[in-house]
Amino acid sequence: MKFGIIQFPGSNCDLDKLWVLQDVLKQEARYVWHKDTAIGDLDCVVVPGGFSYGDYLRTGAIARFSPVMKAVADHAGRGKLVIGICNGFQILCEAGLLPGALLRNRSLQFRCEHVFVRIETSQSPFTCAAQKRDIIRIPVAHGEGCYFADPETIAGLKKNDQILFRYVDSRGRVADTASPNGSVENIAGICNATRNVCGMMPHPERASEEALGSANGRVVFESILKHLRGSQAQ
Amino acid sequence: MKAKIYVTPKKAVLDPQGKAVANALHSLGYAAVKEVRIGKYMEVELDGADNAAVQKQLDEMCHRILSNPVIEDYRFELEG
Repeated sequence: MKFGIIQFPGSNCDLDKLWVLQDVLKQEARYVWHKDTAIGDLDCVVVPGGFSYGDYLRTGAIARFSPVMKAVADHAGRGKLVIGICNGFQILCEAGLLPGALLRNRSLQFRCEHVFVRIETSQSPFTCAAQKRDIIRIPVAHGEGCYFADPETIAGLKKNDQILFRYVDSRGRVADTASPNGSVENIAGICNATRNVCGMMPHPERASEEALGSANGRVVFESILKHLRGSQAQ
Repeated sequence: MKAKIYVTPKKAVLDPQGKAVANALHSLGYAAVKEVRIGKYMEVELDGADNAAVQKQLDEMCHRILSNPVIEDYRFELEG
């Protein structure tokens, strides 16, 4: 499968993603420069974490106007896969490819730690290799990850099963104390209404090998591969 | 001409920075402080006169990039 990892000035999780996709999962993966206007025949676009454009103005606000984002929106518009992780999630929200926005953590702290995340549905290209209610332990590293959307949007996300990941405690319970950032409904990741664009604050690519203390994050990439193989077989 | 732009968090949006600053003001003894909301102030120098076309352009700038309508409100004043 062909993956493209967007590089903005200030991206810093791009190398980790290339490593996981290319070296760990043995897939075809390449970088895509933010000034590129064409992205070719990628199966999945990955918008990585970091501090694109120094996070000036708002996180993701400037990156979303990069030339490459028009091609990413076209790719998503054709029903192809896009996953934004951390700053990538913020960029996709700013671009309007996902609903809502990410605010300053309620604690005002930059939180860098492993958290427990519950898979809320297996009905998505990003979670189809997991079981609903599975709990994975993966890291977060962000200062602005507090997911916010108005009550109607949240109701829509719930109704359409668009909440993919929630922060939980070690026993899988949704609790205020389990959330590193104060997100509405403990939301850690969502997908769009057509289910082909995903955004999540935790970093599955930093937990895809046992040597890193957890390989739980691999299930996100394995889901993408399972979905792509399934759709190619049809 | 100069545009003075104010971007503020919407009422429904939690403002932890404002809350922290309000706490600091309370601990300094300013008991009258009820709430603090923190936003952004921007000055944009631009060509043109204070007319409908410039107002429209500024409104568009604020809507597209200078604020995020999901979480923020904005207003602006023109000067000079």
